[in-house]
Amino acid sequence: MSFPWAKQYQPKAPLMRWMDEKLPVPRLVYNAIGAGYPVPRNLNYWWNFGVLAGAALMVQIVTGIVLAMHFHSSAASAFDSVNGTIMRDVNAGWFLRYAHANGASMFFIVVYTHIFRGLYYGSYKAPREMVWLLGVVIFLLMMATAFMGYVLPWGQMSFWGAQVITGFFSAIPVVGETIRVWLLGGYAPDDAALNRFFSLHYLLPFVIAGVIILHIWALHIPGSNNPTGVDVKGEQDTVPFHPYYTAKDGFGLLVFLALFSVLIFYFPDYLGHPDNYIPANPLATPAHIVPEWYFWPFYAILRAFTSDFILPAKLWGVLAMFGSILLLFFLPWLDSSPVRSNNYRPKARIAFWVLVVDVLVLGYCGGSPATNTYIVLSQICAAYYFLHFLVILPMIARSERPTPLPNSITEAVLAGHGGTSPSETALAH
Amino acid sequence: MVRGIAFLVGAAFAAVLAWALFWTVQGWISDPPAPTAEEEFHLHPRAASLRSDGITGKFDKQQLQRGFQVYKEVCAACHSLRFVAFRDLEGIGYNEGQVKAIAAGYDTVPSVNPDTGEPATRKGVPADRFPMPFANDIAARAANNNAVPPDLSYITRARHGGADYVYSLLTGYRDQAGYKNAKGEDILKAFPDVKTPNGLHFNPYFANLNIAMPPPLKSEGQVQYADGTRPTVDNMARDVSAFLVWAGDPNLEKRHQYGFFAVIFLLISAGLAYGAYRNVWRDVKH
Repeated sequence: MSFPWAKQYQPKAPLMRWMDEKLPVPRLVYNAIGAGYPVPRNLNYWWNFGVLAGAALMVQIVTGIVLAMHFHSSAASAFDSVNGTIMRDVNAGWFLRYAHANGASMFFIVVYTHIFRGLYYGSYKAPREMVWLLGVVIFLLMMATAFMGYVLPWGQMSFWGAQVITGFFSAIPVVGETIRVWLLGGYAPDDAALNRFFSLHYLLPFVIAGVIILHIWALHIPGSNNPTGVDVKGEQDTVPFHPYYTAKDGFGLLVFLALFSVLIFYFPDYLGHPDNYIPANPLATPAHIVPEWYFWPFYAILRAFTSDFILPAKLWGVLAMFGSILLLFFLPWLDSSPVRSNNYRPKARIAFWVLVVDVLVLGYCGGSPATNTYIVLSQICAAYYFLHFLVILPMIARSERPTPLPNSITEAVLAGHGGTSPSETALAH
Repeated sequence: MVRGIAFLVGAAFAAVLAWALFWTVQGWISDPPAPTAEEEFHLHPRAASLRSDGITGKFDKQQLQRGFQVYKEVCAACHSLRFVAFRDLEGIGYNEGQVKAIAAGYDTVPSVNPDTGEPATRKGVPADRFPMPFANDIAARAANNNAVPPDLSYITRARHGGADYVYSLLTGYRDQAGYKNAKGEDILKAFPDVKTPNGLHFNPYFANLNIAMPPPLKSEGQVQYADGTRPTVDNMARDVSAFLVWAGDPNLEKRHQYGFFAVIFLLISAGLAYGAYRNVWRDVKH
């Protein structure tokens, strides 16, 4: 579906006319990310992050395919193939490896921003529920892919991370340990686990690419949301994706690549952990086992459950950790307010910012040693996380009185607040 | 329906967390964690202040060569450098002939006798990596009081603090008796049971304060530098730390150089793209 005023693809060159009859791929692209897709005219820079996430996936696939040409998926030589062959002998191997390792971090930075943009502007609400659901699926696939990728260099954190994460399954009553051994192909991570992680780490990015196609397809049916959250009313509310948003995304992409380059060339180890430069040793446990930074909030939720309560504490932790992501699947029905954008929702806006701080604190706790201070903080923040989505947001949706909405996107734009960003709104009130 | 169930699930998780919070705080109050010797006496590394630090870091090749000499004459007795090949030494300023000579100075490269097939050793060539000081980890343990000396190829990246840590550790051996921290507490008076066991050595820069490695750099002049630099313990430690930064990150200089051009190129492109964006949108209020 598209708006009736969407431009129609009209091939002019004979070759393109021939192509359009046989296999209309150019028409598909034209309607998907070309002039045939009308987009609200008031999108602000927070709307750049979807395209950036796609770019980050492409970077990961390209660098990953080349790295796989040099990688040995064997417990005996994985560490040496990464830290010896790739880092020292392969031409520009160090660049590929840093780009891939830091590319994962950039991917998560971009995707977290994309998710929080969706939360602030209510992009998960009708009629875009399916876009949101597919997005949560992509997020889950990304987490699985990133975890398995981190195991491949077979350093100390790789090994012990695999040990801890597969240990989650042993929390399942009765059959847990059997499932864990079956998943690992042994009692501890070794060749069997490393090989299947490598195989899946190569497979899942293509699955992600497939789900992204569905995500964009589902988006094109209602069309993009916008900072006012008000529906598109007519042609004056939209501009064609190309050249308007291709130009804006081009600028965003170059800024993204510049920041990415700073990370690759100047701080390649900043987001990593020193222990992963030590070869995996099943007999020596690192002093603090921590996952990569993008898992820290969830790791903090896992560790917050320190006391048994009917069920064992470990099972609560695992349930809560998975639950903290799975609850996002229900978000479109938990928040029943018909107003999408938090720019017009004074109470939901406050809850949103509390959630942002809450997740940042959880992240900080997850990356810190499990001392009393951090455990107590994690417990308070994990409780808020669940209450926010499951109790507070549904209650606000019932009681809140939204501020007046503009009649149309164009009206808001002409009044000078069409693309108001979260920070502008927060500072104005 | 969804909201009813959600309310119950949210309340359940919050209740279990409140329960856990209660017991954590209760345990914290009734059994406050006692300070440990590590918390009170472990020191953060001192800055080695190397030329390779920071985003404009480069290598001081003269210093790397001195550091290599310290590695070769002191550290190499126990520590391997298995990811570094002799040919890589051209990166610290040796020419091809010098590298050949350095490689040929090692006659312990494992090989096979071409006539009998028996294991043998041969002289090194530039393509070889540095030979291992011990046949295997068991031999290394047997010779070193049950501790395997770690490989040094990535040591500056495999420890928090990097080169600063290596430098501080090498110069950080102290007499435990009478050792005081910045607050003036005497370690053996505050923690009488943490006396360094036999065969270990007190070093406040090491995570648990007692390290198996005996002080490797003991006195000035342990290594004779050819370039006239005074071989004080501090200089030797700093030089070998600089060398190990290079060993763990031989592409550092190249990386910083490429990075400069990559970032400048992308920023200029971003500027042009911003112009294009403004141009495309010039007639559309948004």
